Amino acid sequence: MTEPLLQLSGVHTHIGPYHILHGVDFTVPAGELTMLLGRNGAGKTTTLRTIMGLWQASSGNIRFDGSDITTRSTPDIARAGIAYVPEAMGIFTDLTVRENIVLAARSGPVDKNRLDWILGLFPALKRFWNLPAGNLSGGQKQMLAIARAIAEPRRLLLIDEPTKGLAPVMVRSMIEAFRALKSSGETILLVEQNFYAASALGDNVVVMDDGRIVHSGAMSDLVADKDMQQRLLGLSLDAHQ
Amino acid sequence: MSDMAAQPSAPAELPSAKTDWLPLLLIPALGLLALPFVGSPSTWVTLTVAGLAMGMMIFLMASGLTLVFGLMDIINFGHGVFISLGAYATLLVLGPLAGWATADSIGLNLALLALCILVAMGVTALAGAVFERVIVRPVYGSHLKQILVTMGGLIVTEQLIHALWGASPIPIPLPQSLRGAFVLGDIVMERYRVVAVIIGLVVFVGMQLLLNRTRIGLLIRAGVENPEMVEALGYRIRRLFVSVFIAGSALAGLGGVMWAFYRQTLTAGMGMEVMVLVFIVIIIGGLGSVGGCFVGSILVALVANYVGFIEPKLALISNILVMALVLIWRPQGLFPVARR
Repeated sequence: MTEPLLQLSGVHTHIGPYHILHGVDFTVPAGELTMLLGRNGAGKTTTLRTIMGLWQASSGNIRFDGSDITTRSTPDIARAGIAYVPEAMGIFTDLTVRENIVLAARSGPVDKNRLDWILGLFPALKRFWNLPAGNLSGGQKQMLAIARAIAEPRRLLLIDEPTKGLAPVMVRSMIEAFRALKSSGETILLVEQNFYAASALGDNVVVMDDGRIVHSGAMSDLVADKDMQQRLLGLSLDAHQ
Repeated sequence: MSDMAAQPSAPAELPSAKTDWLPLLLIPALGLLALPFVGSPSTWVTLTVAGLAMGMMIFLMASGLTLVFGLMDIINFGHGVFISLGAYATLLVLGPLAGWATADSIGLNLALLALCILVAMGVTALAGAVFERVIVRPVYGSHLKQILVTMGGLIVTEQLIHALWGASPIPIPLPQSLRGAFVLGDIVMERYRVVAVIIGLVVFVGMQLLLNRTRIGLLIRAGVENPEMVEALGYRIRRLFVSVFIAGSALAGLGGVMWAFYRQTLTAGMGMEVMVLVFIVIIIGGLGSVGGCFVGSILVALVANYVGFIEPKLALISNILVMALVLIWRPQGLFPVARR
């Protein structure tokens, strides 16, 4: 494994009276795609939101590229180079597709070559460029959410269930887009329920259950071991094919 | 918007957003509907210009509140005090420059009005910054507390106005050139109302340009919809909130100056007196929508003028009636803003 870009050590998160994360430890190596898997309610979304500072860790330590970001504010974490695509996508529906992307480029105009590359990944967005993002379908909104996250080069992408509720054809094009992102050297932490998509993309895998990490390792090991799939996820890859 | 001009190398004919013209058509439709009931075209023009001027003044007083409510989700019942404070701030200019009001020079008269506006906006912006920090910030997220605390802030500030300037109403002079009316045949248009229409239009166009053609405007619109995502993109939404609150207070100050010269009398409660109307127009327009606030203000003012002329007994309830009809048609207001 290469040097970790992101490292969580003993992270606990409380939301009101509820103790959601119970000492989460894992790493995300630079330049690789790490899948975060687990059943509903396992704490995957809470983990991403805690990394982003949207919910504060009550104890533990989060390090990004060697710096402690545990208590930093969300804008500071974003400025450090982490982009976040929430499960609900967080699209600004009153703004046009163009305005959504323009807003994501904090440092100025979106680079023309980068924009062409992004629209090459998600060609459907071209057709809706000047339309309110609220007019897009669910899959197109998801494309826009990811396009917005990569409007400028970022060090790490946190993406929460991008294939949720999408038609199979859309899932396949999303997988292709992630493959292209991977090959461009992006570091990605991807939460996914769809094990077929996860197995097709992941270099590494972290499995959560009840707010704890129950497995971490190479994705190829989990793909090869059906018993482990059954034990950790309650299903096997066969069920998704 | 040159810094936002990124364009994909895409097909030339990209579809554009459709504008919702229907609410905008309400204004000419209302005017045409009223014409046969008013009877005389010249009276109709006079009523219409007066209504437009009143609408612009309501817009100036309400536009800040709709932004504050839309972006910060804060119900600021204290907004009215910024209107009063803006009105009283004119005294800071009228005291030393009283001669400019009576001077027989349109330049000096307009300069006096401009100075009053600038000083009032400065005073209310400063007051807004203090109000946000001391009164509003501790109650973010709780509407009930916001209503109670901002109401308390309003009462305290009104008493401060009494302490500074006395409790008696203070008459203020309308600058010489703005008195009287333009008469075109049978049509009479008060000069000051025409100036109010021009200032209202300038502010509206300025706000539209700011909101639609600048990055700050994009951030405000995005923040109205999803402040958390704006933060996740790396922007400090709290600073934006405070800036919008200050700008909203300054706009109320501008509205207060226009309202003060219209009434030519200052009272500490003058802002609170128009707050019912202000809330009606921001609800009609769609909470957080500047365009909606603009159309709602004109609609309410025109209806009040036409109904007041045709059937005076109904004038008192006309605003509520307009609000009820609009909300039956569009429950989220004329231009609903997508909300978190």
